[in-house]
Amino acid sequence: MSNVLAILEQRDGTLRKVSHEIVTGARRLADALGGEVHALVCAAGPVSGVDAAGRHGADTVITATNAAFGQYAPEGYARTIAEHAKAGGYGAVVCAASAQGKDLSPRIAARLSVALAADITDVSVDGGAIVVTRPVYAGKALLKVKVVSKPAVLSLRPNVFTPVERPRPGIVEAVAATGDGGRVVVKGIKAAAAGALDVAEAPIVVSGGRGLKEPANFKLLEELAQAFGGRAAVGASRAVVDAGWRPHGDQVGQTGKTVSPSLYIAVGISGAIQHLAGMRTAKVIVAINKDKDAPIFKIADYGVVGDLFEIVPALTSEIRKLNG
Amino acid sequence: MKIAVCIKRVADSETRVKIAADGKSLDEAGVKFILNPYDEFAVEEALRRKEQAGAGEVVVIACGSGASQETIRTALAMGADRGVLLETAALPADGLSIARALATELKDGGYDLILFGKMAIDDYNHQVGPMTAELLGLPCVTCVAHLDLAAGKGTAEREVEGGMEEVEFPLPAVLTVDKGLNEPRYPALKGIMAAKKKPLEVKPTTLGAPGLLVLAMIPPPERKAGRIVGEGAAAIPELLKLLREEAKVL
Repeated sequence: MSNVLAILEQRDGTLRKVSHEIVTGARRLADALGGEVHALVCAAGPVSGVDAAGRHGADTVITATNAAFGQYAPEGYARTIAEHAKAGGYGAVVCAASAQGKDLSPRIAARLSVALAADITDVSVDGGAIVVTRPVYAGKALLKVKVVSKPAVLSLRPNVFTPVERPRPGIVEAVAATGDGGRVVVKGIKAAAAGALDVAEAPIVVSGGRGLKEPANFKLLEELAQAFGGRAAVGASRAVVDAGWRPHGDQVGQTGKTVSPSLYIAVGISGAIQHLAGMRTAKVIVAINKDKDAPIFKIADYGVVGDLFEIVPALTSEIRKLNG
Repeated sequence: MKIAVCIKRVADSETRVKIAADGKSLDEAGVKFILNPYDEFAVEEALRRKEQAGAGEVVVIACGSGASQETIRTALAMGADRGVLLETAALPADGLSIARALATELKDGGYDLILFGKMAIDDYNHQVGPMTAELLGLPCVTCVAHLDLAAGKGTAEREVEGGMEEVEFPLPAVLTVDKGLNEPRYPALKGIMAAKKKPLEVKPTTLGAPGLLVLAMIPPPERKAGRIVGEGAAAIPELLKLLREEAKVL
């Protein structure tokens, strides 16, 4: 029997949604190990929404408070979590492979002198050993990996561990975290344009490629994304990002972001193998392209062949009617 | 400025992945290998910082098989001064064992800055940089997309969900860099010729026992074959019907 430490995330004193995925993954692992889930969140004070962690399976929720923990404090968080993990003798420490978790989890693992199984999409226990699945080559292959170091430090790929209700007591307690925030100081977050969703987090992604012909034509995709009423983000192929048409943060593919939205609409994207790798785990893929032999149609659930400049505005107006 | 750049030899992003006979790794037959694209931004940044400072040294360090010498030569052709290869057999899945080897090499190097790509496009581990920083006891900022350095300290911006995080840190530091930080140069013919003569030290290295053991490499689940719904705007009513009733995503 061993317990699992789930590392939750907060921003501006509010629990982030990804925390429910972390608790869900940690609960699944704890059940297989026959242990409890102890959730830990670093913050400057009480975290709103933290009581919900019990609903997804946390036995206890510890708020480690420190005046320097309002913003993410990489060294302070890593020190606090590593000390807690050591003292508690945990079998596993579970983080998110989010922007913060990707930065934090290697620091925790290094401080504990153990390996990190990063960005995992599945976890199980086989004969007492923790076995994880993780995509490599941007999802062109999967690795089954046995974690032999202890505690097992894992980061979970966002949008994969769908939150499941598994009520546990979720008793919240606050503990003062000693020490400072560390040498690396986060001053703040410059917010992206109001309402703009990150392509990696949006439930719907509308992506464009060279078929758009020029940067100004991305307006067509922005209008289509808006028609989905705040649930869609605009993505881009490597070709148009390299050409400077779209920002790097929007790039989908092996050298950009790997996305798993429920709906991915590829517009004027032929489907280079490195692009397909980044979006093949979308639930449903729609492709709009003038070339009926484009590789994108081999991976798309639904294809429409033809002129995107005719098809996209018509689609936008229909989606507006649907959501209007 | 004395700057180290830790680089990796990886399969090109256009590679079609075939699983090797051992069932645990990539079949390398016919695969083109390149300098990890994120490491190109790190090499470029190091060269620019050295050029701005007017003096200094850029040292590229790789951990991997003998074939990584070619990857180091690519960085030398871009303009780095010398290379070090920590030569090992195949790299383990466990980034900490690699970070330990790198930290041993970097420890007494007197570097002002140690740069990495934010991740390698083969194993997607995004961990060796921050682990190396922890082992060296140095401050670290990951996924740097914008960087300002001045008198012993720096400010950086890194992409987080919904915005850019602004970070301050003291030097020396370890940074992992993101696409967008700069536009990497192509090695010129002169650089390629010069690179052949630049020092490249090969150090046989034994990595510690890994904490992760690969059991199997498997292909991802196949997607169900899709269909062409129709041509032009006329196909939209049918497309919407399928998305609503069959796929249930609208």
